[in-house]
Amino acid sequence: MEIKTLTCIECPMGCTLEAGVEGGKAVYVKGNSCPRGRMYAENEVICPRRVVTSTVRAADGRMIPVKTSAPVKKSEMFEVMKKIAAVRPEGDVRLGQVLAEGIAEGADLVASDDSAARS
Amino acid sequence: MKREYQVVIVGGGPAGLAAAVRAYDKGARDILILEREARLGGILNQCIHNGFGLTRFRESLTGPEYARRFEREVRARGIAAMTDTTVLSLTRDREVTAVNPEEGVFTVRAGAVVLAMGCRERSRGALNVPGTRPAGIYSAGTAQKYVNVKGYMPGKEVVILGSGDIGLIMARRMTLEGAKVRAVCEIMPHSSGLRRNIAQCLDDFGIPLYLNHTITKIEGEKRVTGVVVSEVDENRQPVPGTEMHFDCDTVLFSVGLIPENELTKSAGIPLSPGTRGAVVYENRETDAPGIFACGNVLQVHDLVDFVSEEAEIAGGAAADFALGKGVEHGDAVGCRNGQDVTYVLPQRIDRRPGNSVKVFFRVAREMRNCRAVAESGGKVLAERRRRIVVPGEMETLLIPEEKLAEADGEIVVRIAED
Repeated sequence: MEIKTLTCIECPMGCTLEAGVEGGKAVYVKGNSCPRGRMYAENEVICPRRVVTSTVRAADGRMIPVKTSAPVKKSEMFEVMKKIAAVRPEGDVRLGQVLAEGIAEGADLVASDDSAARS
Repeated sequence: MKREYQVVIVGGGPAGLAAAVRAYDKGARDILILEREARLGGILNQCIHNGFGLTRFRESLTGPEYARRFEREVRARGIAAMTDTTVLSLTRDREVTAVNPEEGVFTVRAGAVVLAMGCRERSRGALNVPGTRPAGIYSAGTAQKYVNVKGYMPGKEVVILGSGDIGLIMARRMTLEGAKVRAVCEIMPHSSGLRRNIAQCLDDFGIPLYLNHTITKIEGEKRVTGVVVSEVDENRQPVPGTEMHFDCDTVLFSVGLIPENELTKSAGIPLSPGTRGAVVYENRETDAPGIFACGNVLQVHDLVDFVSEEAEIAGGAAADFALGKGVEHGDAVGCRNGQDVTYVLPQRIDRRPGNSVKVFFRVAREMRNCRAVAESGGKVLAERRRRIVVPGEMETLLIPEEKLAEADGEIVVRIAED
């Protein structure tokens, strides 16, 4: 069994986690203070995922903050960034509006602010 | 325009917005927010990363999302907000003078004032880093504004001095946008940022963090061409012979935040050397009756969730004061930092029925298996076991009302190592 040490990124506590890994799966998790920590470690040893946040430039030139609606594969973050760079919304954008469907497996790209609030 | 308000709030960032909402909900109706920028939300507007609101909303929001939630609450209550408006001065008897393009210079009288101006970044000049003065040197927050709000990349090859959270976040942000972040240097033996930001902003991208290291020279004539990084000894002095050279065109400084207290000082309100913010009672009232402070102008917080919480204390107390229900501080005791504690807040605590007080503080160094203790006149008022404490993370200690009643003179908060 391989023992992996991880830092949980689920909340600001940043617990140090220990995961015993066998056959690519966590057989135990120690050091977590909550169930989210256990889930983080279990997912992290199989396939690390992260929410990607960035900006897109609207047709009128304003920068609109965006995020992926779900965590995407860490190994695909730069791929997702390339797709984000090609998104160029026209007209007013509302917080929560989907700007690109299926930007990665199981995730859309959504605006995380109203364009009216951006300068 | 109106020249008299029950509550005037200086600053429309997370602290000002939460204070306004709470002041309204406690009965104040005449509330005015004065904001220097073109829109409400403060620094959250440029913090497009997620991780905000986990404590308060149990979900991970981006900065703008967190700001809009509070802005919506402000709008729903019809609270007045003037943007593009800079407050020029404040008097002890609560006259607020400001300027904006519509009104010119104007003065409003406030029943109560909430100071919520936030903080600014410590600069290269404050550190006296040797070398030339080329283009390409930014504070981390300035770089953040360029990338996230203006849409410009400040550079391609980056070295970051200081491991504050904004620097770590910018290491990831610029990496995702195609820059090469060569190193993050931290003069202390520990990072000042959150552990999870070390993991998700540096480790995820293989960016090295050099603890006990600092930049000892910046090179370049027109533009930065490189930096020299040296190891430091236990007195934080560079050790000769340990120099490393990094080629880079950009240097970011993420070396701490300083509460922006010029207005506070101009009103003659005493500041605490530990927090660099106003000395306050537990209701966040300063030495000037009816003037309250909250958020990063009072103490630099790790999390916006705690800023909102503190702003609600101040906003509620400001409404009370404006409605003639202010607190008399006749039976207050002092509260100060003891062994291994760098500051405490509040610095004055009222002993009155129903008043349990949460004391905020920071520790001087990393310690394990210790106790945070609040004592007064030889009596322990509160005690909390801690597995680990670090300077980068704010600590709290709750003093229950019955213990507070037993306080005999000054309260001292210290760390006891077992």
